[in-house]
Amino acid sequence: MSGLAVVEAREGALRKVAFEVVTAAKQASGMTGGGEVHALLIGGSNISASAPELGRYGADVVHIVEHPDLDRYSPEVYAATAAALIQAGSYRAALFCASAQGRDLAPRVAATLNVSLAADVVAFEFEGDAILARHPVYIGKAIATLRLTGTPALLSLRPSAITPVETPAAARVNRIEPAIAPRDARITVTDLSGRAAANLDLGEAPVVVSGGRGLKAAEHFRLVEELAAAFGNAAVGATRAVTDDGWRPATDQIGQTGRLVSPELYIAVGISGAVQHLAGMRTSRVIVAINRDRDAPIMKLADYAIVGDLFDIVPRLTEAVKQARADS
Amino acid sequence: MKIAVCIKRTPDTESRFAIAADGKSLDAAGLKYDISDFDGYALEVALRLNEQQGPGETVVVSAGPEGTQEILRKALSIGADRAIHLGCDTLPYDGMAVAAALSAELRGQEYDLILFGRNATDSGNATVGLMTAALLDLPCVSAVSWLEIKEGRGTAHRELEGVTETVGFGLPAVLTIDEGIARPRLPSLKGIMAAKKKPLETRPAALGEARLTVVAMELPPERTGGRIVGEGPDAVPELVRLLREEAKVL
Repeated sequence: MSGLAVVEAREGALRKVAFEVVTAAKQASGMTGGGEVHALLIGGSNISASAPELGRYGADVVHIVEHPDLDRYSPEVYAATAAALIQAGSYRAALFCASAQGRDLAPRVAATLNVSLAADVVAFEFEGDAILARHPVYIGKAIATLRLTGTPALLSLRPSAITPVETPAAARVNRIEPAIAPRDARITVTDLSGRAAANLDLGEAPVVVSGGRGLKAAEHFRLVEELAAAFGNAAVGATRAVTDDGWRPATDQIGQTGRLVSPELYIAVGISGAVQHLAGMRTSRVIVAINRDRDAPIMKLADYAIVGDLFDIVPRLTEAVKQARADS
Repeated sequence: MKIAVCIKRTPDTESRFAIAADGKSLDAAGLKYDISDFDGYALEVALRLNEQQGPGETVVVSAGPEGTQEILRKALSIGADRAIHLGCDTLPYDGMAVAAALSAELRGQEYDLILFGRNATDSGNATVGLMTAALLDLPCVSAVSWLEIKEGRGTAHRELEGVTETVGFGLPAVLTIDEGIARPRLPSLKGIMAAKKKPLETRPAALGEARLTVVAMELPPERTGGRIVGEGPDAVPELVRLLREEAKVL
């Protein structure tokens, strides 16, 4: 089988989800008796310099659209270009990442090609002419197994669901043109603002430290930030109660109506664990909770919990983490 | 403006979930249904636009089984002007099959805006709005967290994992609405009375072929959590040891 991985770059650099999608395409190829793994990379000037990185994870061919006006995601241009390539390449499957960009892109491509899409998938396998895909539903309170028929089959993969595996391949570069001219797009991005690119994104950080109402005031979030800084690879999240109160920006919200995260380590500080919050983090590998109330729902979910006053515990933990990292 | 708001009937996620005997759906006993969370925000956006920008019409559209009329009636009591129910025995899981029915209903009706919630609470797929837009060949902005409409053009914000994008587009357009954009109002008693007189049309949903189906459903494995390491700051060294030696995350 030949499969296409539609990968994602931001500010000229590939995102971790790009390697996850190429790894998934390589696995799909392996499940169906081999076949080439292709990747589609769209970006601004010099994006082709990233092609060898995709080869490290198994891309035999990297189709590249390099255009000065495509440094930023342009939904209609990306969708038309991906659809045209998928059609021309007769791929059995096309894989996307279910990041903010991929969640916007994949349904457009599906409708353009009149094929179906299994979205936000955490695992998949082939069953004859069909693909079986697993996808959490009802905010993670149930898991559905889906059967997807038709060719090409489109899947988008939940970030962090697949661990990138290095399997070096040639990554031959094939340059292609955008299917529609960027200036003809009906939707135009006029501005970008937000955190510095150097900060870790919540969805990609291996460690997430989150704070809730138990912090009592916006200025106490300093404790959460300091703990995150001690890890060196942590992002800061928050509950909806906290973002609603304006203690943290809405973009930091983890939960049913915010971000879904699945880090290696999730530390919940002063969070009771409303079902809406748990929906956004319950698939984290290791969960730590620090809370005054030993009966709070988060304490039942946590792998490790400390009962007590977070204002005493968190600074001590910050110091201990710093020390542990200095020792190792 | 003439605005369509596409809404979905979904189970309240506070309900206690059990798997039905067929092994591929939820046990309906004890489930309460409502308008899907984000769709409520989409309705609020439509109502405010029409309140602020003069005469307009807000039409709510929903595909699904008979119970769907209850959420349409609720939307009317919140303030929508009329409702369209696209009837079917069960709503297909495949977003393309649903988008086919919605686009068939919406095509040629001269809507200035067609709004959806960012994603439905049940499937979490976030596909139907974008697919419907593509089938109608209309510009679409997804996950809109801020919106301004002026002189036939729109400006929207969308959140892209830590970055806020400002996007410009012309009308007519399809938008999927993120939460936080405008807090949804509740139905008033007056609204509930008025809703009884508002038009609710029903016709069969022209569904597309379902190529994506649910073959099994299960509850997630219980986490074996609940381990209290200790109380107060004195428990910190033991926690750090466990994170290092047992969980190997430090």
